[in-house]
Amino acid sequence: MARALINVPRKAQRGDVIEIKTLLSHPMETGYRRDNVGNPIPRDIISRFVCVYNGTEVFQADLFPAVAANPFLSFFTVATESGTLEFRWTDDHGNTQTASASIEVE
Amino acid sequence: MWWLFSPPCITKLEVMDIYPHHTAATRRIFLTGVGGLICSFGVAPTFVVRPAEATPASIAAAIREAVGEAPVRQGRVKLDIPPLVENGNTVSLTVSVDSPMTEQDHVKSIHIFNEKNPQPNVAIFHLGPRVGRARVSMRIRLADSQKVVVIARLSDDSFWYDSVVVMVTLAACLEDLR
Repeated sequence: MARALINVPRKAQRGDVIEIKTLLSHPMETGYRRDNVGNPIPRDIISRFVCVYNGTEVFQADLFPAVAANPFLSFFTVATESGTLEFRWTDDHGNTQTASASIEVE
Repeated sequence: MWWLFSPPCITKLEVMDIYPHHTAATRRIFLTGVGGLICSFGVAPTFVVRPAEATPASIAAAIREAVGEAPVRQGRVKLDIPPLVENGNTVSLTVSVDSPMTEQDHVKSIHIFNEKNPQPNVAIFHLGPRVGRARVSMRIRLADSQKVVVIARLSDDSFWYDSVVVMVTLAACLEDLR
């Protein structure tokens, strides 16, 4: 299980636009490189990222091999209600990694 | 009398004709070989077997696929990316779109393309009014000095773009293997 770093403000005023930063430790192997003995290194790419706010998908991203290793994403969302933000990274093989953060909206 | 002068003339022509061609050919082969060795880290083949690069034709095709036949205008989108990059493996960029992000007027998606990586696509972001502010940051790879293009699709299905030419000193291809 790769490590995910999430930065979400713990508290926010209702209607505030909050910044969310996510970073997943992942090689994002392009499939174009070769190892020391010349064998191609198989492709291993996080191709989809989704941010779910209390069950509603608020932000999605399709990622390609041109995304740097350890994909970092920073985006915004409107703090509408207290609850949890769930983050899902899905790779080429359909394996999903999740992380979540809670937010308190006043 | 003419044959007295002609032999040296012919020899000179031949040397002039063959020699530069010869050196150019060897230099090209040598450089390709060195490139191949660097790229494949001392593996036997002398010629680089590179995957097909995203030529301007393929970036145009990728943009057409995302946009269709709709006109793409410059403006409203701002791409922040350093114009001179030392390491192509991690290039941070920020895309911001001038949009109120309301239910009536918001950004639907942001598409990022590049010219010379093996694939023309970099990322596609799907946004909506819940995002609040149309601004996304990420880190990308650049295989060469090239143009990076960003296209935003707004809720009224208009397309806007911005592009920046980035110089890359160390290309992503030369990354060390762990």
